[in-house]
Amino acid sequence: MFEAILLTVITASTPLVLAALGELVTERSGVLNLGVEGMMIMGAACAFVAAQLTGSPYIGILAGILGGGIFSLLFGFLTLTLVANQVATGLALTILGLGLSGQIGEAFVGQPGIKLQPIVFPFLSDIPFFGRILFRQDLIFYVSIALVVGINWFLFRSRTGLKLRAIGDSHASAHALGINVIRTRYLAVMFGGACAGLAGAQLSLVYTPQWVENMSAGRGWIALALVVFASWRPWRILAGGYLFGAVGIGQLHAQIVAQNLGIVIPSQFLSALPYAATIVVLIIISHNRRTTLINTPASLGKPFVPDR
Amino acid sequence: MTLSEGPATVPLLSVRGLTKLFGSFAACNAIDLDIAPGEIHALLGENGAGKSTLVKMLFGVLQPSAGQILWQGAPVTIASPGEARRLGVGMVFQHFSLFEALTVAENIALSLDPKISLARISDEAASLSKAYGLPLDPQAHVADLSVGERQRIEIVRALLQNPKLIILDEPTSVLTPQEADRLFETLFKLKAEGRSVLYISHRLEEVRRICDRATVLRHGKVTGACDPKQETPASLARMMVGSDVAEVHRDKAAALGDIRIEVSNLSVPARTPFAVSLKNVAMKVRAGEVLAIAGVAGNGQGELFDALSGEYPVAEDEAIRIRGKAVGRTGINGRRLLGAGFVPEERHGHAAVSAMALSDNLLLARSQSDKKAFLSGGAFSVIRFDAIRSATRRICEAMDVRKSGEDPQAGSLSGGNLQKFIVGRELDRQPSVLVVNQPTWGVDAGAASRIRQALIDLARSGSAVVVISQDLDEIFEVATNIAVICEGRLSEAYPAGALTLERIGLLMGGIHEGHSIPETAHAH
Repeated sequence: MFEAILLTVITASTPLVLAALGELVTERSGVLNLGVEGMMIMGAACAFVAAQLTGSPYIGILAGILGGGIFSLLFGFLTLTLVANQVATGLALTILGLGLSGQIGEAFVGQPGIKLQPIVFPFLSDIPFFGRILFRQDLIFYVSIALVVGINWFLFRSRTGLKLRAIGDSHASAHALGINVIRTRYLAVMFGGACAGLAGAQLSLVYTPQWVENMSAGRGWIALALVVFASWRPWRILAGGYLFGAVGIGQLHAQIVAQNLGIVIPSQFLSALPYAATIVVLIIISHNRRTTLINTPASLGKPFVPDR
Repeated sequence: MTLSEGPATVPLLSVRGLTKLFGSFAACNAIDLDIAPGEIHALLGENGAGKSTLVKMLFGVLQPSAGQILWQGAPVTIASPGEARRLGVGMVFQHFSLFEALTVAENIALSLDPKISLARISDEAASLSKAYGLPLDPQAHVADLSVGERQRIEIVRALLQNPKLIILDEPTSVLTPQEADRLFETLFKLKAEGRSVLYISHRLEEVRRICDRATVLRHGKVTGACDPKQETPASLARMMVGSDVAEVHRDKAAALGDIRIEVSNLSVPARTPFAVSLKNVAMKVRAGEVLAIAGVAGNGQGELFDALSGEYPVAEDEAIRIRGKAVGRTGINGRRLLGAGFVPEERHGHAAVSAMALSDNLLLARSQSDKKAFLSGGAFSVIRFDAIRSATRRICEAMDVRKSGEDPQAGSLSGGNLQKFIVGRELDRQPSVLVVNQPTWGVDAGAASRIRQALIDLARSGSAVVVISQDLDEIFEVATNIAVICEGRLSEAYPAGALTLERIGLLMGGIHEGHSIPETAHAH
């Protein structure tokens, strides 16, 4: 029982971690992309359709990454080249993504999907309990863990990551040092889109292998909250993502337990729990303001127009 | 032979006829300049004289419209800061281009060859900072450092590239006198190694003390080249300003009247991690008195101003009294109604809304305190445009505000003119109490002396004036009494005549009477 619950928690948390990691890199470069939900659902639709047409879930994954990445390019063009307002553009991206994905997936509604099969590590997967949980997972799970390690190294150990953080802290100073602000931000936005797309692919190929309109169901917003929750640190995204995932799964079980006890809890209340938890956590972490200020990208959301 | 001109006489850097046009306006006009190897060369001039433009061209940030730059005798084009660094030019900016969220070592790494590891940069920065007497912790976050420490990062960053010429833009404007002395020692060390320094300043005493030669700029032109040690401050100032600067004058101290502002036991916790908490601040200012509060930036001046003005009311109502009334918990408008006026530090976005007209800015500040004059129609609060326009005109005339058009946007005025308007806006009410934070920050000498004179005149007419400033010359010019703020603690007020620059410097560094100086405490 416990093992089964743990496995569902992992499946539910992986898309949150992936989308939040992408948004973390985007925001570390100083760009606030509120379109995560839209990029995620685009990834889900592209991945499902590609997998159905080719029969390969791996091509589906690729399509999901490309779908999210290309879709984010629209955001990049509007906010970085045309210097449109980032908040408004991000919201528009979400609305557009939800509509467009419905169009793309329309012909595929109700079709049984192709589930991405786990990759079983020999020997390691035989470890009791942990082996079954950690080493019989699908490719996307392994990638999500590798990305946490990789992004942490990239941001805090590599020189390119240092430049990215510098741009997020003060784009004017970074520009004065000769760092190409706009190009770096384009790449960061596209990485964020690709990660959101991969998260979407996980939804339509692993979590529930089928196409349903709006199947991202607010996970993009949770991922956005998660970035702030993690105070822009990759390892905390992993911890926070699993916490939110667990809260989401926990509510289902709590509902069954409550019904057995004869208590009537409105389902809306329980499904609001992750959001309520986000608010509570936001209040708690805002107490430690020094670390928040050191980690928060100071030029987040501010448009950059090079002078000269 | 051609060798008669020996290599030692070739200047490190020469500038011939350098001109920079912005539209039809010449920010730099046919400038000639020579910097010899191993000399400290001063570039003197008022705000807007063209110093920054010249330096930006030397560092490759701006491209000249005409003229030539010669490096060791050979003509060069400096297209970018990177090329300037490769030539051997290092630059320490006035407004630091540092990243607050990053560590010292990371900040330095950003301007160096990416192949050098962060660990090696940390080591080299630590040893360099030790060699030049600039203590610095490479692992510290910039956000936690003082302004003086931040400047050291910039200097160490420039030195790591082993430059032949180091340009410093107004380096002492943010330092205590003691910190400045330490900086001068570093400069002398650089000079002894044969490096050249281009030292930009408008502080004449400093220039006379440390510089071998000086070039004076005014309105984009060279108005003099001299050995500053042979000149007097007055003769240097004449070259800078053109005519003799109008000296601020005041009569003998007027008799002081009743207490107008009284602060007792004012303690305010820091609002943000980077703010300073106020600790047990006490002061009294009488009618006819100018109390000047000296201190290095970031020692609680802003926080003190916020508490005095009511921008952030304090918990203890009795801690602040204006004209005898406890106002600690009263907001700005309540205090204004008691006859107080306030001029905050930042002109744009704080004292004035840049995108709004001068008359609108006037109304925003005084809509409550001068309701009867500017508003009519009772509860409807209809704006009386004729009244605010004529008040705007009156203020501009009184303070000699130069502007284009009748009622331009605040943002279109130069810093000095906008500041004159903002100060005039308060003076127009004849406030019985005026609190001003950094009244002449970034303002040209003409406007500054106009503002200082207005503050002195206001006190003489029987008001109490508090001036918070980092500019010691200004403080000695206007103050009846001087107090010093350091780490949120305010010293007692001393009569201006009883304080020397030396004493103030010690107080600014947090050393009070009765305390031993740390260095001597170890000497046993």
